[in-house]
Amino acid sequence: MSAAPLLEIKSLSVHFVSRQGIIRRRTRLVRAVDEVNLSVYPQETLGVVGESGCGKTTLGRAILQLVKPAAGQVLFEGEDLLRLEAGRLRRRRRDMQIVFQNPYSSFNPRFNVLNVVTEPLLTHTSLRGDDLTRRAAELLEQSGMPGDILFRYPHEFSGGQLQRIAVARALALNPKFMVLDEPTSALDVSVQAQIINLLQQLQAERNLTYMFITHDLSVIEHISDRVAVMYLGKVVELTTAETLFSGGAQHQYTKALLASAPMVNPAARRERIILQGNVPDPANPPSGCPFHPRCPVAIDVCSQVVPELIDTGGGHLAACHLVAGEK
Amino acid sequence: MANNLKETPAGAVSEISAAAGRRQARFKEYSLMIQAFRRDPLAVASLVIIVVFILGATFAPVLTPHAAQGRGEPNILEKFKPPSQEHPLGTDYLGRDVLARILYGGRVSLSLGFLVVIIAVLIGTPLGAISGYYGGRLDNLIMRVTDIFLAFPSLLLAIAIAAALGPSFTNTMIAIALTWWPWYTRVVRAQVLSLRERYFIEAARSIGVTDWTIIRRHVIPNILTPVMVQATMDLGSAILTGAGISFIGLGVQPPTPEWGSMISNGRIYFIERPWFAGSAGLAIFLVTLAFNLVGDAVRDAADPRTRRIVT
Amino acid sequence: MSEVLLSVQDLHVRFRTYSGVVYAVNGMTFDMRRSEMFGLVGESGCGKSVTGLSIVNMVPRGGEITGGQILLDGKNLLTMGEDELQGIRGKRIAMIFQDPARSLNPVFTVGNQTVRIIRQHLPVSRKEAYRRALETFESVALPDPERIFRSYPHELSGGMQQRIMITMALSCGAEMLIADEPTTALDVTIQAQILALLAELRKTQQISILLITHNLGVVAETCDRVSVAYAGRVAEMGKTDDVLFHSKHPYTQGLLAALPQPASRKAALQSIPGNVPDGLTLLPGCAFYERCPFAMPACLEKPPSLLPVGEPQGSHQVACYLYPQEKPG
Repeated sequence: MSAAPLLEIKSLSVHFVSRQGIIRRRTRLVRAVDEVNLSVYPQETLGVVGESGCGKTTLGRAILQLVKPAAGQVLFEGEDLLRLEAGRLRRRRRDMQIVFQNPYSSFNPRFNVLNVVTEPLLTHTSLRGDDLTRRAAELLEQSGMPGDILFRYPHEFSGGQLQRIAVARALALNPKFMVLDEPTSALDVSVQAQIINLLQQLQAERNLTYMFITHDLSVIEHISDRVAVMYLGKVVELTTAETLFSGGAQHQYTKALLASAPMVNPAARRERIILQGNVPDPANPPSGCPFHPRCPVAIDVCSQVVPELIDTGGGHLAACHLVAGEK
Repeated sequence: MANNLKETPAGAVSEISAAAGRRQARFKEYSLMIQAFRRDPLAVASLVIIVVFILGATFAPVLTPHAAQGRGEPNILEKFKPPSQEHPLGTDYLGRDVLARILYGGRVSLSLGFLVVIIAVLIGTPLGAISGYYGGRLDNLIMRVTDIFLAFPSLLLAIAIAAALGPSFTNTMIAIALTWWPWYTRVVRAQVLSLRERYFIEAARSIGVTDWTIIRRHVIPNILTPVMVQATMDLGSAILTGAGISFIGLGVQPPTPEWGSMISNGRIYFIERPWFAGSAGLAIFLVTLAFNLVGDAVRDAADPRTRRIVT
Repeated sequence: MSEVLLSVQDLHVRFRTYSGVVYAVNGMTFDMRRSEMFGLVGESGCGKSVTGLSIVNMVPRGGEITGGQILLDGKNLLTMGEDELQGIRGKRIAMIFQDPARSLNPVFTVGNQTVRIIRQHLPVSRKEAYRRALETFESVALPDPERIFRSYPHELSGGMQQRIMITMALSCGAEMLIADEPTTALDVTIQAQILALLAELRKTQQISILLITHNLGVVAETCDRVSVAYAGRVAEMGKTDDVLFHSKHPYTQGLLAALPQPASRKAALQSIPGNVPDGLTLLPGCAFYERCPFAMPACLEKPPSLLPVGEPQGSHQVACYLYPQEKPG
């Protein structure tokens, strides 16, 4: 992996505020993403995993400036996206794209496939007419769809086919970086395999960098180089996929997560850790370590001080007092 | 690899007639709607009635030999004649052929209805779209203005405007339109709010499409259907409201024919000579009913759930 | 008492849609025994949910059960009158669905809803029903059952709601629970809780659970027996170990091969070519023909029968022409 990261996220925070009443008093503050530091290196696949409310989806959108962060920096090839002026940001968007979770809602129902795939080209290039149509057909074929579907509408396709079209759209401007937000969660197992294969193939062919967001651990294990585990807006563990999935997980939450995922292969199953309680309300996170109410080995300091994400050796990061103490 | 679908060389695409393909595909959704609509006999009958009235109003001069009377010229000698071969709907208190009056009156009543709705849509839709898309303070502001206008009953506003500016076709139209546009703002805003949650809007933003283009190409085309449904149903109500305002004398003034004022003028003669007030009333009734039925049918045809049974 | 509690035999269900008739279930056949966890697994469009709904005769609008029988203790549920069925739904056979928030009435507390269910099926007084309801809440080890009893659905998390649903479903002493994707909408750690709860209930209350899901991992870890459905029919059925680790049907094999495994990190996954059939056309032969790597001409003539493979009386059954299709003996 090269030394210089393609994307550097520094102290990124995204807040959602609910306001009530006539004077719009602020009643609820959700720290969806809470001072996250993360780097993504060229041509790697960074898996981001966590359960609902952990902020992984918001993180992906915040990087792409689809939601406005409250604070922090997003350095893409050294340029802080938060501080770019509008025109420059628009041009930068060519380098980073996103594929969404729900293929059925990812397309304007009134747009046919040609409209869908050519929209980025119309916005950023001067391709028109037959050239444009040809390019659209090429993009579709690279995603494994035949070129003759150009005049069909999204509702005529299955989930897997729609995701291929979404990938074609995302590739139209030759991006360097792609956020894949649960791209296979809504798909059947056999189709999921097809899409994962496609994404890996494209990554190899085009030297793409992926941020793969999902809650499915077996997919993360398969496709990621490094994995970041998130809980209530914070990254609680970050290490290579190999380490994580060969028993090297250090954070209790990660261990519980890995143990909860039902596996077909008995050899892959880990000792069950059933967590008590529920994911806390993000507007009222627990004091100290957000995980401490559910942590089987929490000690006093856990409810008082927020643990820092520190290097526990060889680039493995974990945010846990116990782990830090052991080091 | 995982490429298991048929492959077509990229070059073959240029052989596909791009224009024909586009034409074909674009109307698929609408053709489904038209098909569903066609299956409803009541809707089709209502549409026929509306078309008949519109044609009648448009071609009024050719359809009746008494065009001048239709426009207002009195014919005192023939007054109060009951329906006969020469005057199929009889004559009114000034001897004018009632059928001609209905046809010419239709011009006024129908155009009032259409214009009111068109204006309301043109004002309400962009406001609703902007309000829903941008949210925040702008949304708040637009919504409060909308609420203010919603509070006015159209009749009172018409009276006020007539008092201030004098009764006329234009003033009636303005008065009604001013109280109707807020409904469209609301409907559109609600649609846009739910549309904003759909990923394709975010996808467009991630591509770098400008807000204005997003509203134009992604938002508005997807909210047209509810607007269309609302507008169709409103046409009947607009005509009815316009007739009501004319009925109390604040709309078009005589001798210009208008169904509402025809009822009002024929009221006192109604018991013994019902044909002129009655015809006008019947005309209003039929047209309003027809628009309501068509509006219902359009709404049912537009909603995929009522249009067909799906798994 | 016979061991078999419920027997679905040759069930056929179809739907009239705008695009035509969709044949959702085409000869689904399986048995459920007492006190067992039976998995009905398959991808979208395989008819598993419709089968579950057919058991309690709640097929959605536009759907029609056109054949087969569903026997509960020997009586055919499909020919029962609505009155008799109401005595079975909720009382003997309960059902929970994927999204608990949609199954709970938002204007009543969950305790109130449980009480109503109990009073619907059992001839008890209000006080008694209240007592029983609270008891069931306590029996599933809910934290602070009294407070939850008085809560409204929106005040509870998704996992909690699903636990309430399960509690409510079993409050009248049902013998069988149909769980239609009960954990699909939940986080993985909560899913683990729910599955543990179901396993616990199965043991303590001896209920049979029909677990409908698309998640093979869930089935592998929780079910005693499993049936793999494809295009409205059973492709393979038997003890979980047999079906998953000695799978015989090419579809089952294909599904398992498509799962990301630790050993296959970064390598291309094997996928099954093509798409799941949409149900609009019924092929004369095996529905998997077009996607099957072992397809033969014999597969086209008529659908293969579900027959034991291996031991003649064995529980492992496959519907595939790769295996002997004549009934033994």
